[in-house]
Amino acid sequence: MSGPAFDAVIATIAIPAAAAAILAVVPSWRLATRLNVIASVLTIAAACLLLWHRPAPTALFLIDDLNIVFLLLNGFVGCTTSLFSAGYIAHELQTGHLTPRYLRFYHAMYQVMMVGMNLALITDNLGLMWFGVELATLSTVMMVGIYRTPASIEASWKYLILGSVGIALALFGTILVYLAARPVLGIGMAAMQWTNLRHHAAALDPALLDVGFIFLLIGYGTKAGLVPMHAWLPDAHAEGPTPISAVLSGLLLNVALYAILRFKMVLAMSHATIEPGILLIGVGLLSLFFAALMLYRRRDIKRLFAYSSIEHMGIIAFAFGIGGPLGNIAGLLQMMMHSLTKSAIFFSVGHIAQAKGTQKIAAITGLTTSHPLLGWTLVAGVAAIAGLPPFGIFTSEFLLITSTFARAPLLAVLLGFGILLAFGALLLRMTGLCFGEPSAGSYPVSASSVPIVLHLGVVLLIGLAMPAFLYAWFAHVATMLG
Amino acid sequence: MDHVLSSATALSIAHVLAGALVLVSFMMLYQDRLSSVINVLALHAVVLGCAVGWQAYIQHAPALYITAGLALGFKALVIPIALHRIVERFGIHREVEAVGGISLTMLGGIGLVALSMVVMLRTAAHADALAREDVALALSVILLGMLMMVTRRNAVSQIAGFMSLENGLILAAAGAQGMPLVVEISVAFSVLIAFIVIGVFLFRIRERFDTVDSTALDAFRGEAS
Repeated sequence: MSGPAFDAVIATIAIPAAAAAILAVVPSWRLATRLNVIASVLTIAAACLLLWHRPAPTALFLIDDLNIVFLLLNGFVGCTTSLFSAGYIAHELQTGHLTPRYLRFYHAMYQVMMVGMNLALITDNLGLMWFGVELATLSTVMMVGIYRTPASIEASWKYLILGSVGIALALFGTILVYLAARPVLGIGMAAMQWTNLRHHAAALDPALLDVGFIFLLIGYGTKAGLVPMHAWLPDAHAEGPTPISAVLSGLLLNVALYAILRFKMVLAMSHATIEPGILLIGVGLLSLFFAALMLYRRRDIKRLFAYSSIEHMGIIAFAFGIGGPLGNIAGLLQMMMHSLTKSAIFFSVGHIAQAKGTQKIAAITGLTTSHPLLGWTLVAGVAAIAGLPPFGIFTSEFLLITSTFARAPLLAVLLGFGILLAFGALLLRMTGLCFGEPSAGSYPVSASSVPIVLHLGVVLLIGLAMPAFLYAWFAHVATMLG
Repeated sequence: MDHVLSSATALSIAHVLAGALVLVSFMMLYQDRLSSVINVLALHAVVLGCAVGWQAYIQHAPALYITAGLALGFKALVIPIALHRIVERFGIHREVEAVGGISLTMLGGIGLVALSMVVMLRTAAHADALAREDVALALSVILLGMLMMVTRRNAVSQIAGFMSLENGLILAAAGAQGMPLVVEISVAFSVLIAFIVIGVFLFRIRERFDTVDSTALDAFRGEAS
């Protein structure tokens, strides 16, 4: 056990945990926003250390090529969101939407959420993984309801109830997997350890794994916003503070999908009779089409992009369902690109909603004239999320469609049609929002463009020329996923 | 440990207690007054406490006594008292809930229990007898809890449904012999429930989360045309 490397694993959860405790008592909100940023920077620094010092797996923690990608992504988006959040909440305080007391709570919960997500990512123990997802869910529930308007309480109540049922079903699935592993791996912790499960997958009871996976897919799928378990997602995104919409879409959905992937990897090595791939393809296509159609009748700007998140989760689930080296690479790339792009869009949208004093799409027009920076970054963001070249999502969607054509042409046609459907809706809304005569009514905002430009820059860079090491890394993880 | 586990009496008692939990779940389905829903919920927690306590005894797993104690103290006493106070404070203690056709709900419940028996007894065919029956009955309790949440619109009834669902999970976890983290998970769930109850109390949530009546929701969403 090398000292510094081991510490870095613990640090990815210890730093946010300590920060949460401190932020809960810091009275000054200015200091709190800075501490929040510092803690986020330290967390990603710890995650970066893991790139050089890969620690040996322990009974509780495991760092492998799969989760380190997500850990870094989590750290990065967590960091930029804390920057965005600093400017955002200053405006919310001025307009009286939030009071300093609630901000203390907000910052503490932000770090608790990071603890939960990082714990779910780095742990090798399926029980702890479940606990991490629950922790992240609970803390975001609290933040969604922080405005205490009827609509936001409605949204957080719906999120709480649906999320709780989801995590309850995921736990039942975990219990079934434990029951399948117990005869082989013995009683106790060993039978909850993912590494052991994967290693001995062929000996596990296939029937229990089958049923267990279905519960896990429904349970964690609820958290990932897959249709038909998505009902909480648009409300939570629309009614909560915008930084939270950014991390919900950018990170929490990914973490839930990551949990499903871990179980899929176990099933791939076992004699289980159900095909996780086919289930994922089905749920993915359903989510894609449902969300694409719903995009057309959105009137609320945050809700619009929330449905776009459901659409992308559908595409990602589809990609991992198709599987194979190319399908998995496309899925991983899409996950990364979607996180970065969608959080950048929410950063813009947050400032736009503050500048216009409304979230209604009809009341926002001509942004490129009235707020050039926000308007043009939104144009770039929507172009990226809709899958236009030269952005990274174009690369991953192109890869996915071509690799699907080689294996199941009919599915590729369906996928392409769904993507086009969503594309049309997004472009339609974007032209309305960004071009034409600027609508009346505009408040000054001090928008910080750094996080937005940083995110979109990375997406553009990967779309133009994916670095060779990144591709090699994805290719390696893709073979792990099977 | 094995001589206790293989004894038929120990198994029968475990099954009787788990079966009793399913029965109490059914009782909850046909209560139309909030106060009686809460009373049945307390009974549910008592039965769960006994079932988990018995598992702790036959598995020689002293940690499970904590889970049992939590069920008896927190879920059977503290939460029902808090819910009774909420109901009184909101002035809805006399309210009769429009439960859409009790006979239909009961039929649905019977169907769900049959489904979980068929599925779980077949899938867990190779697991030991204790786990097999236990998981099948636990899944019944979980599904009945979900049915309760779907058929009710009042926030308090939905909490009752969620708690009974969660009791089913604890039953399954306790029955899976030697499952790690059961105690921690039951504590985590208790914290979650405490949060839900406090949330309802603070924000005076009465009737929420009815996805059926979407016109009312659209007004909230600012999406009504």
